[in-house]
Amino acid sequence: MNGNALELKKLSRSFGTLDVLRELSLEIKSGEFVAVVGPSGCGKTTLLNLLSGYDQPSSGVITREGQVRMVYQQDGLFPWLTVAENIALGLRQIKNEMERTRQINEMVRLIRLEGFERHYPHQLSGGMRQRVELARALAGEADILLLDEPFSALDYLTRLRMRQELARILHERPLTVALVTHDIEEAAQLADRVIVLSERPAQVRSEFWIEVPRPRDLTHPKVVNAIHRVLAEMGIEKDSEFTLSKTT
Amino acid sequence: MNQSQTAKSIFLPLAVVAAMIALWVVVYASGAFHESAFPSPLAVLRGFGEEMRNGRLINDLITSLFRVSCGFGLAVLLGIPMGLWVGLKLGARLAFLPIINFFRNLSPLAWMPFAILWFGVGDAPAIFLIFLAAIFPVILATMAAVANIPTVYFRVAQDYGLVGLEQLTQVTVPAIMPQLITTLRVTAGLSWLVVVAAEMIAGRDGLGFAVMDSRNGLRTDLLVVEMIVIGLIGIVIDRLLVQLTRIPSVRWGYER
Repeated sequence: MNGNALELKKLSRSFGTLDVLRELSLEIKSGEFVAVVGPSGCGKTTLLNLLSGYDQPSSGVITREGQVRMVYQQDGLFPWLTVAENIALGLRQIKNEMERTRQINEMVRLIRLEGFERHYPHQLSGGMRQRVELARALAGEADILLLDEPFSALDYLTRLRMRQELARILHERPLTVALVTHDIEEAAQLADRVIVLSERPAQVRSEFWIEVPRPRDLTHPKVVNAIHRVLAEMGIEKDSEFTLSKTT
Repeated sequence: MNQSQTAKSIFLPLAVVAAMIALWVVVYASGAFHESAFPSPLAVLRGFGEEMRNGRLINDLITSLFRVSCGFGLAVLLGIPMGLWVGLKLGARLAFLPIINFFRNLSPLAWMPFAILWFGVGDAPAIFLIFLAAIFPVILATMAAVANIPTVYFRVAQDYGLVGLEQLTQVTVPAIMPQLITTLRVTAGLSWLVVVAAEMIAGRDGLGFAVMDSRNGLRTDLLVVEMIVIGLIGIVIDRLLVQLTRIPSVRWGYER
């Protein structure tokens, strides 16, 4: 499938008379990290629901290559399962008990929650919970990761750390990622490509490539520049010739 | 709870009980009621000893507990699956909710004449009435709990391949467990109320029958003994069911 993990062809979705998406076309290459940003209410969540297969388009075609896993914005951990048991959900296809335990421990170490394996979600902070949720989605054989504002509940420093963690994990285990976020910083620091959606009905308004290897510093000039360009595209910052001239 | 709170939680209720007994003594000594209508604490104590010696109280207690176990057990066994079904299937909900509500609001005691006509006296009519009293609240509470499960749990379940029976046992049921345990406590209490009423009319034994029998024999001292036992056993049943809330995988429902 010509190296694309996700392909959207003229995708439309309307609810009654409300057109949320109109003929949106988008290709995400295998292993690519794409961030989708846009004004609130522009249909980002609808797009994500279509990508995950939870919702069906009114017209158009979606093609997915591989297994899709989603990290939810709200707390999607099962409160009746411990941290280890929640992560184990992502490893259901592994039948070997020892191998599964090994991978659970690996994921727990990855999210720095050693010693909390037997804790229940309600015994953890909001930030810790979201880390477990990420671990659950990453565990096992996911090919495409959908992130719905995954770090929005975390405090600022933890959020920065989680971005670095995510970058490191993706380096070790390449994965296709579609990140939907309000956080333009997050998009610019993590994504290979940032897609800016228009107001509803959402269409691709513009896209930017950020060709800097991950992990990137938030203050890397090209990241800062990308933030500026996205903000300018959304009409929040004034576009200046000076910054534009320095972009790649 | 720290030590002084633990001490208070024992001492304070005992003080209230002592005050009530004191009030009882005062009213008795005042002579406001005839002794045949208002037994003294001492007479009740003697009656208790008498009942323990002849073993009748224990037998009645066992009989009543057996009936409650059967009626309540059946109601839970059938009510939870039905509640799940009605909760998960919109069609079933539309079809059955009105009739469930109807029976839920119909006092089980109104069934008493039919219970006797159909089942005579003894275990069967009491079990039947307890069953009727318990099953509709169980169905309704299970249904409501299922309807309140956050959608995100089902989405996650689907994402991780939990479908069909696995989804039911690993997502739907654990998600409603905390509410289910609360419902079990409420309906067990209800069953305990109903068994006494049922035995008063359709029994030849059991605590309800003992109450009726003491009334007929004008043994108000035994009446009080039986009332105390009924109340205490009700508390014991609830305390036993409260233990279910200590299961680690349901704690989340009580701590958020």
